[in-house]
Amino acid sequence: MPFECENISFGYTDAKVVEDFSISFAPGNFYGVIGPNGSGKTTIVDLLSKHLEPEFGRIHYNGRDLSFYSKKQLSKQVALVPQNFYINFAFTVKEIVMMGRYPHIPRFAAPTSEDIYIVNEVMEKTGIDEFADRFITELSAGERQRVVFARALAQNTPVLILDEATSNLDINYSISLLNISEQRVKKEGKTVIAVMQNINLAATYCDYLIFLCGGRIAAHGITREVLNPDTIQSVFNVEAKVYHESYSDSLQVVFKK
Amino acid sequence: MDQSPTITIRFREATAALILCLSIALVGVIMISAGMGYIKIPFEAIVKIIATKVSGKLSFIEGLDQIFPVVVFDVRLPRILTAAIVGGGLAMSGVVFQGILLNPLADPYTLGVSAGAAFGASLAILLNIHLLGTYSIPLFAFIGAASTLILVIYLSSSAEGLSSNNLILSGIIVAAILSAGISFLKYVADEQVSIIIFWLMGSFGSKTWADVALASIFVCIGFLVFVYFSRDLNLMSLGNRTAASLGVDTKKVTIILLSTASLVAAICVSVSGIIGFVGLLVPHMMRFITGPDNRRLVPVAMLSGGILLLCADTITRAVLPTEIPIGVLTALIGGPFFCYIFWKQQKTRKLL
Repeated sequence: MPFECENISFGYTDAKVVEDFSISFAPGNFYGVIGPNGSGKTTIVDLLSKHLEPEFGRIHYNGRDLSFYSKKQLSKQVALVPQNFYINFAFTVKEIVMMGRYPHIPRFAAPTSEDIYIVNEVMEKTGIDEFADRFITELSAGERQRVVFARALAQNTPVLILDEATSNLDINYSISLLNISEQRVKKEGKTVIAVMQNINLAATYCDYLIFLCGGRIAAHGITREVLNPDTIQSVFNVEAKVYHESYSDSLQVVFKK
Repeated sequence: MDQSPTITIRFREATAALILCLSIALVGVIMISAGMGYIKIPFEAIVKIIATKVSGKLSFIEGLDQIFPVVVFDVRLPRILTAAIVGGGLAMSGVVFQGILLNPLADPYTLGVSAGAAFGASLAILLNIHLLGTYSIPLFAFIGAASTLILVIYLSSSAEGLSSNNLILSGIIVAAILSAGISFLKYVADEQVSIIIFWLMGSFGSKTWADVALASIFVCIGFLVFVYFSRDLNLMSLGNRTAASLGVDTKKVTIILLSTASLVAAICVSVSGIIGFVGLLVPHMMRFITGPDNRRLVPVAMLSGGILLLCADTITRAVLPTEIPIGVLTALIGGPFFCYIFWKQQKTRKLL
């Protein structure tokens, strides 16, 4: 079991940002984390990636407490595509993707031919190979996001965390990114945990959904069981209709004006 | 695509070649500047004098003017080596400050480190402290720099660690207070005011082998630390969150690198006074050649910083009719040049 969270809480000063968060993430599944702004989604990502430590409760990774892992060890297990990505220094796209291999390359060693093969492969897969030699500082926000996604893929970890990784992408690249992630889940048995804004994209790809509201889990479970008008009403306070769409073979949501 | 492995190897070789060329150039500049000055000394004589000192055989300098070895070894070489080491140290710490603060415009000034060192040194001069002989002023300068850094880090710490914006803001606030403090010291200094002002303007005049030893020990330590963490520094330019997810202990690395860079900058300032723009300009210029990868940038910036500051010092010492303070010269040349680079970058919209 990659991640098991037991009653974790986290807060800045008095206000709890995350409270009583208990959930297990199993391999071979695509998890979606959904919730309104400020519901603690990014904090969950930070806690899972050990950027923040929970105040109360425990997070286990493969049966061991997360504090047991060094940053270095964890970087071989969990890859993160962060929400905001800005960089001031003119690294080339290829250099950035190669940084995803750093956890696997000793400090003073050169990349092996396997590292180079993986980098080229993920660049081709994500379609960024056409601007592999351009500077990251010259790219649009969407292009940059694809580069960061490719970097996380190059890390080649059992767990991939996406924090609103499609927020700057048009629908074409959003679908391509999610297809690549889904492939890793279905074919390689990896775990993807994706924080998403778009409920319909989440419904199309996620096996499980976790609804957050005010730092607490409002509902969670298999997508077809948990995604219903009541949940959406209670979490987002909007009226919605949920139906099965055969074209995408998934539940879809339409909202009332 | 298939050529990638060879490209990577070629890149490593190109870096090695660049470092080799710069090292040769640095040695060349040292030898040439040793011959320049009020007493002109031919190049062969310099080689002979250095060979004598290294091998201990006096036969090399037979037939040379008696004064030459004294001028070269006791007067010029300490000054030349100090200038080169300080230049390398300032450029190198500039690279690290810029990488940590995610800001290509950061340097020892931005964090208030230079102001802290200047305040400490001014205080030592004003109170006429001679506790440790010639090391009194460097020691006070270092204490000033270190306590400024601790204060700045304390001010900018939050639950989420150190943010670069907070560091820069706190640095600027503390530096502003310290410059007011320096002005106050100058105001009450009375007779010593000229010593303080001259020290603040920076100079390599009358440097000794003790200065060379002091500066080189700390610059070498700094170089080793920076090279060891240079790959982590690359990752940290992607932001703390990303760096942490790629296996970097960001808080630990930030504190180690900031303290080391400040230590190096403080030692440089304490030996030579305030010398601006080297830490800012050299990393900028070198990024055009090496790109932003700190594994290449750190050694290249160190060598070229040494060459640049040594050339500037030799110009003021041996070429200009009267010696002007090196800090003034670097600011007068470096400032406008930096404006030009900044303007050009804005036009091409290509940030370094």
